[in-house]
Amino acid sequence: MSDRPGDADTTADPTAARVEPVAADALADDVSAASFGGYVRLWWQGIRAGELGSLPIIVGLLVIAVVFGILDDTFLTERNFTNLLLQMSAIATIAIGVVFVLLIGEIDLSVAFVSAVGGVVMTLLLRPEDPGWSWWAAILVALVCTTAIGFVQALVITKAGVPSFVVTLAGLLIWSGVVLILTTQASSVGTIRIQDETAVGIANDFLSSTAGWVVAALVVIGYALSELQNARTRRASGLYAKPIVVTVLQTVGLAAVTFAAVWYVNKDRGVPKVTVILLALLVFWSFIASRTRFGRHVYAVGGNAEASRRAGIDVDRVRIAVFMISGFMAGVGGIMLASRLRSVATNSGGGNLLLLVIASAVIGGTSLFGGVGRVVSALLGALVIASIQNGMDLLGLASGTKFVITGLVLLAAVLVDAYAKRRRAARGVV
Amino acid sequence: MATADTPLLELRGVSKAFGAVQALYRVDFEVRRGEVMALVGDNGAGKSTLVKSVVGIYPFDEGEVLYDGVSVNVHGPRDAAKLGIEVVYQDLALADNLDVVANMFLGRERARVRFVLDESSMERSARETLDSLSVTTLKSVRQTVAGLSGGQRQAVAVAKSVMWDSRLVILDEPTAALGVAQTRQVLDLVKRLAERDLGVVIVTHNLHDVFEVADRITVLRLGQRVALLERAKTTQQEVVEAITAGTLDHVPGMLEEESAEA
Repeated sequence: MSDRPGDADTTADPTAARVEPVAADALADDVSAASFGGYVRLWWQGIRAGELGSLPIIVGLLVIAVVFGILDDTFLTERNFTNLLLQMSAIATIAIGVVFVLLIGEIDLSVAFVSAVGGVVMTLLLRPEDPGWSWWAAILVALVCTTAIGFVQALVITKAGVPSFVVTLAGLLIWSGVVLILTTQASSVGTIRIQDETAVGIANDFLSSTAGWVVAALVVIGYALSELQNARTRRASGLYAKPIVVTVLQTVGLAAVTFAAVWYVNKDRGVPKVTVILLALLVFWSFIASRTRFGRHVYAVGGNAEASRRAGIDVDRVRIAVFMISGFMAGVGGIMLASRLRSVATNSGGGNLLLLVIASAVIGGTSLFGGVGRVVSALLGALVIASIQNGMDLLGLASGTKFVITGLVLLAAVLVDAYAKRRRAARGVV
Repeated sequence: MATADTPLLELRGVSKAFGAVQALYRVDFEVRRGEVMALVGDNGAGKSTLVKSVVGIYPFDEGEVLYDGVSVNVHGPRDAAKLGIEVVYQDLALADNLDVVANMFLGRERARVRFVLDESSMERSARETLDSLSVTTLKSVRQTVAGLSGGQRQAVAVAKSVMWDSRLVILDEPTAALGVAQTRQVLDLVKRLAERDLGVVIVTHNLHDVFEVADRITVLRLGQRVALLERAKTTQQEVVEAITAGTLDHVPGMLEEESAEA
């Protein structure tokens, strides 16, 4: 920047500016966002202009809870809530990877069968004597395999310039075949049991009540600390920060939800281990997406690949890394699924797993066109999908009906998004 | 080496051919510090090729590039950026989904502890740069670029280009998609860049813009420089004549055997 003498246009002298916020009547919104009233007003303006954020999903979840709660007595019980957490975790985990892929404007249709590859590889390596690996080595190798699959698919996509839709469609066929080959070779009945307590425990064990409370406390304290730290650095460099009242309210809200959830599941079996793994993954990938250089580049590539290239970002490397993340998270999800069923079978990764995973990411608010979405949308979307599935199972609906309803929910989510987008466009916010 | 009179950027006899098409033929071009040099010409005159070759997207086939009086080889936008050459492209090269700060630091994000973004410091610098250029129409530096008007987007793109101690800013058709008031704002911005002692090249079709901001005018026609004019001593009429009928030193196609009869 210019600090040449006679540069009349630079406003204040830099030393003064270090303490005082930049005098900027131009940035009116940034200024008013620093007061409580202003913050709320801007938030409301945003909602009205169609920047809905996670609001539609939260409303949707409430509607689902009320509707199924009325239709079925068991839906809202602590036992079923715990089941829901167990059912949701694998879908949400795989969906996190899909969110990354969608963020760069690509698609990964292979995730369901790649997840099955992960589960099958782990299970095979855990067979006693044959080869009888320890759980951590088996899981490590399984995850290396699925990440490598993501890498290879990404190489074809980037180096050969074939659309990801086609490459991962081929992947879908290939990996479903591989799963079939591996499972039928290993067992004449096509089902292989996991014979390791730790591996089975991943999706079937629960934390003690105390451990559950500790996790809840850590989540809340961690959130509060990171928000405060953020506000402190902003104030220290003379920027307007979110009002402290808002931070306090948000922390209290989070604490209420987290502690209520832990209290409820503690009445049943406790916090599922798999949910804790999911939360850890969620926090980690959210951090990567929103706070790191790599995450910024992911959004940039999804928003405008050409601009990113001109800005010196290695677009292909970002793409490859993202497909590797997708493969890795599919592997983790596949291990969760295998663990929950205590086995893998010829039909692992089949059925509607792929559709549920992609629907989760999209229902959570991730755009199929790239650049828009958050990692947490994987969790929210999976929560919607899993609770609908769960509720319909409780009601004993026919398979066909379940598909129709799931499809309608997906459609509704996309319509809300499209409506919000139109609304934003009408107000010139696009 | 570099005296006050040495042009910031000087091209000597540069050529570039794409197969049989001679996009540039022995073009001389220069821009000085604190000067706005307009680069004008009809479609296909070679303006964009010249710009892209200066930043190394296409290598020149022949000729010499002097920067600050020193011969340089630019192999890509990164090299150009290191020299302090920034291009603001016609299509702006902004990512719509990112906010103003993220766009201004795109590809050059500041980080603490290796890879964690230092948002506060970036936001602060972005604001200071926008302030120093008197960009006063933004409501928030945290709004996404998608919500900005054409003029605001152009302002962000220009501000982005001057953040990096750049010394030469090349603007490709900066006002092509803008309304009257917004064009005004962008042209003011261009003048401010030159007042900061930056070299500014403005590539444009719009002669009104040229006469508004340019100090000198280079006219390209069919890949050759047909005129170098001082704005104060020329007229729109003269520039138009140069664009449409400027005298060519070399008849296009003569290099190719098959068009010998032309």
